[in-house]
Amino acid sequence: MSERESMDFDVVVVGGGPSGLATAIRLRQLAMEQGADLTVCVLEKGSEVGAHILSGAVIEPRALNELLPDWKDRGAPLHTPVSKDRFVFLTEKRAIPFITPPQMHNEGNYIISLGNFCRWLGEQAEALEVEVYAGFAAAEILYDDAGAVMGVATGDMGRLKDGSEGPNFEVGMELHAKQTVFAEGCRGSLTKQLFERFDLRDGVEPQVYGIGIKELWEVEPAKHQPGLVTHTVGWPMDMKTYGGSFQYHFEENLVSVGYVIGLDYANPYLSPFDEMQRFKTHPSVRDTFAGGKRIAYGARAISAGGFQSIPKLTFAGGLIVGDAAGFLNVPKIKGTHTGMKSGMTAAEAIFEELQSDNAGAIEARGYPEKLERSWVWDELYRERNIKPAFHWGLLPAMAYSGIDSLLLRGKAPWTLHHRPDHTTVKPAADCQPIDYPKPDGELTFDKLSSVFLSNTNHEEEQPCHLTLKDDTIPVALNLEKYAGLEQRYCPAGVYEFIETDGKMQLQINAQNCVHCKTCDIKDPSQNITWVTPEGSGGPNYPNM
Amino acid sequence: MKILVAVKRAIDYNVKARPKSDGSGVDLANVKMSMNPFDEIAVEEAIRMQEAGVAEEIVAVSVGPKQCQETLRTAMAMGADRGILVETDEEVQPLAVAKILKALVEKESPRVVLLGKQAIDDDSNQTGQMLAALLGWGQGTFACDVEVDGEQLKVNREVDGGTQSIAVQLPAVVTVDLRLNEPRYVKLPNIMKAKKKPLDTYSPSDLAVDTAPRLKLIKVEEPPVRAGGVKVADVDELVDKLRNEAKVI
Repeated sequence: MSERESMDFDVVVVGGGPSGLATAIRLRQLAMEQGADLTVCVLEKGSEVGAHILSGAVIEPRALNELLPDWKDRGAPLHTPVSKDRFVFLTEKRAIPFITPPQMHNEGNYIISLGNFCRWLGEQAEALEVEVYAGFAAAEILYDDAGAVMGVATGDMGRLKDGSEGPNFEVGMELHAKQTVFAEGCRGSLTKQLFERFDLRDGVEPQVYGIGIKELWEVEPAKHQPGLVTHTVGWPMDMKTYGGSFQYHFEENLVSVGYVIGLDYANPYLSPFDEMQRFKTHPSVRDTFAGGKRIAYGARAISAGGFQSIPKLTFAGGLIVGDAAGFLNVPKIKGTHTGMKSGMTAAEAIFEELQSDNAGAIEARGYPEKLERSWVWDELYRERNIKPAFHWGLLPAMAYSGIDSLLLRGKAPWTLHHRPDHTTVKPAADCQPIDYPKPDGELTFDKLSSVFLSNTNHEEEQPCHLTLKDDTIPVALNLEKYAGLEQRYCPAGVYEFIETDGKMQLQINAQNCVHCKTCDIKDPSQNITWVTPEGSGGPNYPNM
Repeated sequence: MKILVAVKRAIDYNVKARPKSDGSGVDLANVKMSMNPFDEIAVEEAIRMQEAGVAEEIVAVSVGPKQCQETLRTAMAMGADRGILVETDEEVQPLAVAKILKALVEKESPRVVLLGKQAIDDDSNQTGQMLAALLGWGQGTFACDVEVDGEQLKVNREVDGGTQSIAVQLPAVVTVDLRLNEPRYVKLPNIMKAKKKPLDTYSPSDLAVDTAPRLKLIKVEEPPVRAGGVKVADVDELVDKLRNEAKVI
């Protein structure tokens, strides 16, 4: 095996999303303010910063105002202020306007492309001398002799399917750091290892998730109402399944439309992708898109556990920020501001630790302490009981939410619990198959033509990055008992059961993977482990 | 021997190109851009020639907006020694690029100019040939194998139905095809080193080149959607369809 080279930094950040970049920017700001030497490196597995970023997105600029108060002068791509909020309950034929819940008021917020925002944030980081390396995936955590995290290694490039070294093989590289910041986003593959190794989830509720599927449309100018934000609940979900849609009108005739479904759904026949397609056919929705053109598609899991699912955040040699830790505010359906603030707070704690002369690995204990005193904690604590109330179904949950938010103002003396998403699916025998309408190619589409618009690519010859602990489970358990649910929950057509020689087999089309992580979350026996493919593989989202 | 390699910043090969709604061009707003893949092969070939001891210096050149710096940095991270950007925000067509490259050849005096056979954005396949003509040099286009042999360059060319072997006198222009080599992965420390390599910037007017477009773009539109196939029941129906619908018999 080839010897790996190494490079040394003060801080290595894994992931070039809003929280990772905010961490890096804040660290370099502090270093420059105080004239300290501090090297910061950001690793991003996407082909460029922003390539793997997908979000609604309505952003609350609170953290950005604190990080870069002159963001307007720096040309931040926040162009469309929210002008109107609508919250609508859908039945199959009707749309009933509801009072917008207090958390979902968006005065002062902006509709943006989070991918473009990250591209801009990446430029700000580079201007502050952060080394940003896109196209390199952090594939392995490095530990020192005492068991503390001492950095990460990037994945090898040019391995063949069987794991052997191909003609262009290039061995990965070790990045050593006094502090490693994990900002991988929801269900980070290294973060998942850290949870186990350092028992970071002991005593907290399990994390729960949703899958968001998004399309970007260019609509007819007459139908475009810049700044309009519409959220719906109800149809096409049944009353027991947690889900809702968003439609955001922004910039030049663009509309972001998406559907988020709680991954605690029970019916294995449910297909989040097809629910999204069906949603667009609602009489109150379809007209917006008639005559328009779909220009991008993608999907990503989000953390929905909220306050009670936040793990221990620090360990020797590193810490976790952003949605990798689960800072999303679910009732607000926003996490960029909390993610960024967590990164900025972590940066301050790391900087303090690095200034002290302690020998050995650093654990930035100041980070959770500072975070608990910040608005992030307050905000997440108040909203902690809304999402779990949806176990009771939509209407009781909405009634409860009203009481919890308006009467108790988030100060209820109880905290509701979560169930892990992979335990909630019922055997197919106990469920009704769902008959989804066929795509029409204009308003609704099939999965393959959708994945095509995510510009996804992986080097074909590399080992499969969707690994199975037990090869027999897909057929013996998932197909047999759960009607092959992976075919439906995957929004990119990665999993396919095919018949060869009279026997069913699971085919994994790893090249299609949009890195949403749903399979890693929802597989009933947790048999699928998502690992990083070669750097720069995956989607190339434009304007998402 | 010095080698000049021309690299173009083009829409990434993974991205599905989409016409702007007014048909005035391809929508490139916030779309991933990369080095034209054929130019990457040209850079790789130059590096291999350097590694083989045939070339001493590799100069990468790009023409276009400021962001072409990134393309040049990629070339330098792969192994080019320095970069030259001829910066312009105007549209530059193949003839203008060829004239700019000619001016740089006169400045730099390379023995070989390597280019991709075409760029994947406009597929013009003209710049290399025009440059050779402007310089009065020999050219080896669509190269799938290149070998320096004294004062000659032996080039195998991809042609219809096989390969053609030619020899050209140096100095020469070579445009490279897909099968010439497989470009290497860029190593992380080399990206860092590339940031410190010299990069000079000129404007077209510094080189006294007139870049005014000679071609007018009329419209960019998506190819027509292919109609789905149908199954015919028998030969009669097939003949009927061929005669009356497809109108080919």
